[in-house]
Amino acid sequence: MSANQGTATTPEFYLREEHHVENGSMLGFWLYLMNDSLIFAILFACYGVLGANYAGGPGPAELFDLRLIAVNTALLLLSSITYGMVMIEMQRKNVRAMQMWFVITGLLGAGFIGIELYEFAHLIHIDAGPGRSAFLSSFFALVGCHGLHVTFGIIWLVTLMVQLQKRGVDAVMWRRVSCLSLFWHFLDVVWIGVFTFVYLMGVLR
Amino acid sequence: MSGEHAESLHGHDHAPATLRGYLTGFILSVVLTAIPFWLVMSSALDSKTVTIAIILALGAMQIVVHVIYFLHMDAKAEDGWNLMSFLFTATLILIMLVGSMWIMFHLRDNTHPQPTASEVRNMP
Amino acid sequence: MATAAPQDRSELAEFLFGRLSLDSLAFLHDPILLGTFIGSAIGGMAVLGWVTKQQLWGYLWREWFCSIDHKKIGVMYIILALVMLLRGFADAIMMRTHQAVAFGDSMGYLPPHHYDQIFTAHGMIMIFFVAMPMIAGLMNIIVPLQIGARDVAFPFLNNLSLWLSTAGAALVMVSLFVGEFATTGWLAYPPLSGAEHSPGVGVDYYIWALQIAGVGTLLTGINFLVTIVKMRAPGMRLMKMPVFTWTALCTNVLIVAAFPVLTAALALLAMDRYLGTHFFTADGGGNAMMYINIIWIWGHPEVYILILPIFGVFSEVVPAFSRKPLFGYTSMVYATCVITILSYLVWLHHFFTMGSGASVNAFFGLATMIISIPTGAKLFNWLFTMYRGRIRMTLPMMWTLAFMVTFTVGGMTGVMLAIPPVDFLLHNSLFLIAHFHNVIIGGVVFGFFAGFNFWFPKVTGFRLEEFWGKVSFWLWLVGYWVAFTPLYILGLMGVSRRMSHFDDPSLQIWFEIAMVGAFLIAGGIAAFFMQIYVSFRKREELRDHTGDPWNARTLEWSTSSPPPPYNFAFTPVVHEQDAWWDMKKRGYERPTQGFIPIHMPKNTAAGMVLSAIATICGFGLIWHIWWMVIASFVLLVIGSIVHTFNTDRDYHIPAEEVARIEAERTQQLAAAGAQA
Repeated sequence: MSANQGTATTPEFYLREEHHVENGSMLGFWLYLMNDSLIFAILFACYGVLGANYAGGPGPAELFDLRLIAVNTALLLLSSITYGMVMIEMQRKNVRAMQMWFVITGLLGAGFIGIELYEFAHLIHIDAGPGRSAFLSSFFALVGCHGLHVTFGIIWLVTLMVQLQKRGVDAVMWRRVSCLSLFWHFLDVVWIGVFTFVYLMGVLR
Repeated sequence: MSGEHAESLHGHDHAPATLRGYLTGFILSVVLTAIPFWLVMSSALDSKTVTIAIILALGAMQIVVHVIYFLHMDAKAEDGWNLMSFLFTATLILIMLVGSMWIMFHLRDNTHPQPTASEVRNMP
Repeated sequence: MATAAPQDRSELAEFLFGRLSLDSLAFLHDPILLGTFIGSAIGGMAVLGWVTKQQLWGYLWREWFCSIDHKKIGVMYIILALVMLLRGFADAIMMRTHQAVAFGDSMGYLPPHHYDQIFTAHGMIMIFFVAMPMIAGLMNIIVPLQIGARDVAFPFLNNLSLWLSTAGAALVMVSLFVGEFATTGWLAYPPLSGAEHSPGVGVDYYIWALQIAGVGTLLTGINFLVTIVKMRAPGMRLMKMPVFTWTALCTNVLIVAAFPVLTAALALLAMDRYLGTHFFTADGGGNAMMYINIIWIWGHPEVYILILPIFGVFSEVVPAFSRKPLFGYTSMVYATCVITILSYLVWLHHFFTMGSGASVNAFFGLATMIISIPTGAKLFNWLFTMYRGRIRMTLPMMWTLAFMVTFTVGGMTGVMLAIPPVDFLLHNSLFLIAHFHNVIIGGVVFGFFAGFNFWFPKVTGFRLEEFWGKVSFWLWLVGYWVAFTPLYILGLMGVSRRMSHFDDPSLQIWFEIAMVGAFLIAGGIAAFFMQIYVSFRKREELRDHTGDPWNARTLEWSTSSPPPPYNFAFTPVVHEQDAWWDMKKRGYERPTQGFIPIHMPKNTAAGMVLSAIATICGFGLIWHIWWMVIASFVLLVIGSIVHTFNTDRDYHIPAEEVARIEAERTQQLAAAGAQA
């Protein structure tokens, strides 16, 4: 703030030069993530309330294969550190290295989605689809919503790769890559909740 | 409005991401993920309640690790608005989760009372 | 039911049109709807014809529809609110007249199925498409001006928000003629709103209209939070912000933190209807009560989303017309923040009777009563501001006083309802209806009119004339009490809400009185439009050249009326709470030279285009036209991505242009000074 205070009687009441306003995209996107986390909170609450209503159908211990979930968790965790590498290469303005790490991150994300789709297909195949019981409805809604987010994250990542090639690292790209970084790591945080609350505690039940 | 040209590249006042920070976060989260998976998959503990308490605590710790090392949240980012909105949201999530479960489980107990052991014994 | 497709439809027709068929146009067989259709068709054609004849399309498109100027977006929000007010009020007066005659042998003039749609549409429209756009409109016009900013943080998103809200409203309007609307009440409780009991398209119209408008509301929330946090004029620390901006900040916190809950609730309901899941169904382990729990986690903060900015309006009006600073600024700010947080701890009081038991009910009952403390503090602050002030009885002040009396009564009946045992008697009765109309009409609507009369000269450059304004005021105030006092009495006698027929003839007189009240309010609405019309005709007489017709206190009054596109030629520097009052007091002199180019965002059609595609997507979802859903959704994603490639988003207003506009203003001020 460069409010040039004059004397006590006649202070300056306006700025002579253009007021510099800090860009608000990062804060705005952070607030969007707060909003999104409340959507997940409701899905978690539904799972918490309805997750034990099997309606005579199968329960989590019979359905969940923890080895698969462990692989999936590993993929997502790895993609976090590879996205971190994108951020570090961005500080060095190394577009080639950024693109490489983007590709690896995207592939890890795609692998995650692939395994999740396999799990869903398997569940539906053994008649444990989302319409089977309230437990499975809330399971598919929660995990599926997370999966949808990852899918959009991948679409966004590809878009950014194209834009990065076109513009290089400028202020706008810096912001966009940072926003996707927040989004990607945010999905990790949600996944921690999912594997703890849904899978691990489900198998223990 | 975006004063694009006037803006410096970094724009924001928080510390730049470092390899060291990311690696610390990564190693911590690998450990914090591996322990609960191992606990559950090997049934290392006899008590389910203790296991659940441990994995919930580890999950909460891991969320904090991610928020600090990967989402780079600290008290200074965006003049503290990031931290404040995060704490506010976390409080609301807690209210919504605990509140919903409190309400709905009370409702279930009141509308479909679970028979006590002695009642079950005396059932025809 | 308008929607059961005939058996012999070909697969091709099924593919192309989903559930849509000629039978969906049920309004052709209903005289009331047919009349409405013909009326709105003629009215619509007349408006379109007039616009075409005046060759206004290009102007409207360039200067308004594509505008990212927060002031114009605010005006369009308020126009949307007023148009939807007419629709929502038409529903209201139909209900009042129907209930006044539907006694004994007479079944009234509305078939039950139609009556159910009317009360559902009335509630949903009034909250989402009247009250919300009123709030969004006021915030859009005032907040950037009050904090000395050039626009909001994300001007394009602001335009997109407007058009997404409009898209939702458009879907509700389409439901009038194509298919039907929900018959479930304004919150669409399952299992009634589930696929089994509501197989038609009504609930689907409800869901997708709200989901599309909800995205717009959410973007508004984020936008204004960032605007208020980042774009305040230098020197305006948080505790120097005008109270309206404070309440806008808290309202947007509530929007960002409450609307995701609504989105989730409606998404789960949609999954139950479209995918056969079991969240809220009676079978399969679902629990309908969970929906009620979730929807009220959103629903209670929502009422504070509506009322907080209105508290802000009064906090601007009372000091301006009492010629005193606001009494207890700090306590006002803290009260607002406390309400913001407490509003998340009371949601169960909407369903005390569900059966969660004494401990749960006691907690939420107490939390509810606690909220009345900060609200009471606010009322005392306004009273003490007026105490020993030099009060001018202008229209905004009259609406404020009417609010203070009416809202207090509504608050007291609210505390009554917060007592769980009392609520068991009054739940779902007309007493509840009277209570929430008491706080929403007496609060939000009266407050909107106060703000409308107060800020109208800022937006248009001329004041509203007083005679028709006073007619409107008295008709509204008297009409409100005549319409809703009988409902309090009926509710205490145990009469349920949402009934389309009554047997007990002794009740009829109360419904007749309430109907008279509704007609008085109709007169109030007519007088309000008359006020705008007469003011427009006499605009030269009512012209305000000073930009500060009320001798008011905050920054929006320091610029011209209407403000230039860039709001302030130089960004103001703030030293005191009432910044403009301080400037006037300490001999501020308006700069007349040394202007510099001003950096501004560019207009864009992207918001309209994306919203139009979203409307089509919603229509496809409602009628199960899957190719349309997929195509429009893909287009929506591609369109958004393409928009991010657009780098041509801003321009500079040259210094000469700024100098020209400011020189005009100098002349106006000189003329105004000569007159005075």
